[in-house]
Amino acid sequence: MNTGRNIQAGLMHSLLQTLAQPPASGTEALRDLRAQALVRAQALGLPGARDEEWRFTDLSALGNLDFKPAAAQGPVTEADIQRFILQEAHASRLVFIDGVYAPPLSALHGLPQGVLAASLAEAPAHPLLHAYLSRQVDWRKGVFAALNTGLFRDVALLVIPSQTEISAPVHLLFITRAHHAAHAVHPRCLVLAEAHSQCTLIEDYASLAEDVYFNNAVTEITLQQSARLRHIRLQRDSRAAFHIAGAAVSVARGAHYHASSVTLGARLSRYSPVITLEQDAECVLDGLVMIAGRQLADTHSIVDHAQPHAKSRQTHKCIVDEGAHAVFNGKVIVHKDAQLTDAAQESRTLLLSDKARVNVKPELQILADDVKCAHGATVGQLEDEELFYLKSRGIGETQARNLLTYAFAAELIERIPADSLKTSLREAVLQRTHSGQVLEPA
Amino acid sequence: MGKLLLEVRDLHASVAGVEILKGVNLGVRAGEVHAIMGPNGSGKSTFSKLLAGHPAYSVTRGEVLFQGANLFALSAEERARAGLFLAFQYPVEIPGVSNAAFLRLAYNTLQKQRGGEELDPLEFDDLAREKLKLVDMDESFLQRSVNAGFSGGEKKRNEILQMALLDPALAVLDETDSGLDIDALRVVADGVNKLLKPGNAVLLVTHYQRLLDYITPHFVHVMEDGRIVKTGDKELAKQLEQRGYDWLRDDAAVPA
Repeated sequence: MNTGRNIQAGLMHSLLQTLAQPPASGTEALRDLRAQALVRAQALGLPGARDEEWRFTDLSALGNLDFKPAAAQGPVTEADIQRFILQEAHASRLVFIDGVYAPPLSALHGLPQGVLAASLAEAPAHPLLHAYLSRQVDWRKGVFAALNTGLFRDVALLVIPSQTEISAPVHLLFITRAHHAAHAVHPRCLVLAEAHSQCTLIEDYASLAEDVYFNNAVTEITLQQSARLRHIRLQRDSRAAFHIAGAAVSVARGAHYHASSVTLGARLSRYSPVITLEQDAECVLDGLVMIAGRQLADTHSIVDHAQPHAKSRQTHKCIVDEGAHAVFNGKVIVHKDAQLTDAAQESRTLLLSDKARVNVKPELQILADDVKCAHGATVGQLEDEELFYLKSRGIGETQARNLLTYAFAAELIERIPADSLKTSLREAVLQRTHSGQVLEPA
Repeated sequence: MGKLLLEVRDLHASVAGVEILKGVNLGVRAGEVHAIMGPNGSGKSTFSKLLAGHPAYSVTRGEVLFQGANLFALSAEERARAGLFLAFQYPVEIPGVSNAAFLRLAYNTLQKQRGGEELDPLEFDDLAREKLKLVDMDESFLQRSVNAGFSGGEKKRNEILQMALLDPALAVLDETDSGLDIDALRVVADGVNKLLKPGNAVLLVTHYQRLLDYITPHFVHVMEDGRIVKTGDKELAKQLEQRGYDWLRDDAAVPA
């Protein structure tokens, strides 16, 4: 039997072994940072059941994995990834295979002049890396951020210059391919939206096979003054995979950040976004989790009202079927000086089976006195009355359930500004048991 | 005389162990309009939901034949496919699903059952636009989410629109007049009148007589404490309007 310490040592040891392929190098400062991060990761170890932040998310299965370096394989072709390509981003796509940029699969000719969309390998000494990489994610506190920082093999870089508007969404597609043994990938994104810029970003995790692997992602996003960023995050990893991700987003004065996070894949997933709001900043956080089987999906979010007069709106919805388990911990912090904060958080869960479970914890830390902070949480099942209404129109049981499940999720799906993605999500809900008919949107 | 569509014999039913229906008998033939009236709590709403297959009610005695077959052998969706329709007192809101999509899904499901032609979205739009005129609604009605944010009157019109599209043999209208102002009431009643054919029938379930000013019933039944205690023509409805329901109880106390 493994003790906690053995599990930790095992995970660390096997992760470090994967270094057989050296990560992209960069500057000396970057190499120092990465070395420090690895030392820190080893000191921190894997969180256990006694760690309050990880109480519901048991990592022992991850700790027991024996990671092997990825074996050499032939190139991934465009045909392999065709099903993940979004029509809207056909000329604004960066593809990473197992965490490494794949120029032949990427297409950037649709981006306006001045936009930087590149990888670390292409811009190893870009000043952005020095100024922003690991400035927001605290790898000293989190073992997974530290591991990512120490082990990432590439970085997706996106800089939208001031006053620039990118009309097509930028698609960052992270593909994990089939391997014979468990392997770890550490995707890394760094995004800077300069003052008064506008962009839609689609961060997308997918795999070519229903394999066991570990995706350990970190995303850092900076919105400068009055920038607007629409951030779609789609996690459609293999249902046998582990996906642990952190995002750190800083939203400067007057800037507007709207995120839609969609969780469909992974046997075990955890997403921890931290949003820091300056004065007059706004954020909208939409979260949609749809899981079944034995999946566990954990969302630990922090909305940090650091300055006065910022606004946040969070809507987190979980659809939990069969024996799946959802966890939502939504922390909202209002600092002492952050007067006139306007924060609202809503968590809604739809349990589709008697064995489905959810743990919901809103956590408000309010230190200012003149603020509006609302929160609400509901957990429910499909209403008999609603099912009866649909059935009384001749619609069968499965289809009626799928329609109502879709109605539960629709508010969030319909807000996603990419039609092809919206359509596939709609289908994913309506055809959950392969009997739904695709419906036009309202 | 039209063919017998609905035959209710000594129907007893309960919800959560409480007996609500205590021996209902009723026959409805094609071409007829029946009204069931009664005070609150008399069981008339239970009766209409039970016919449509609501899961909360259980039949404890008696039987119901719909077009000659045992109604209770069918699930709610099968009853709809067999030609039974219930216009809800409180139609359910389905945000995010367009009315057009919902109506087409229901329409095509029934068409399939009946061996009719299923319609694609464009073809269906033409049909739906035609039917919208019946309830005096404009086309934007189709693009909105099912009942979401609809006014009381719009919800009821949407029920009649569904009735028009699904073309049932028997339509049960549960308190369709409640919450309607006089203009909306007239629109809804006109719609129902236009849908009446020699081959179908309508069962109106209502507390008030006023709907019957616009839809003339052939028979008026009064339900009281889970039974039909009196049956008459439209004049009975007028008497009820003038005298309330109490006189019936007094009458009932005196053996005829």
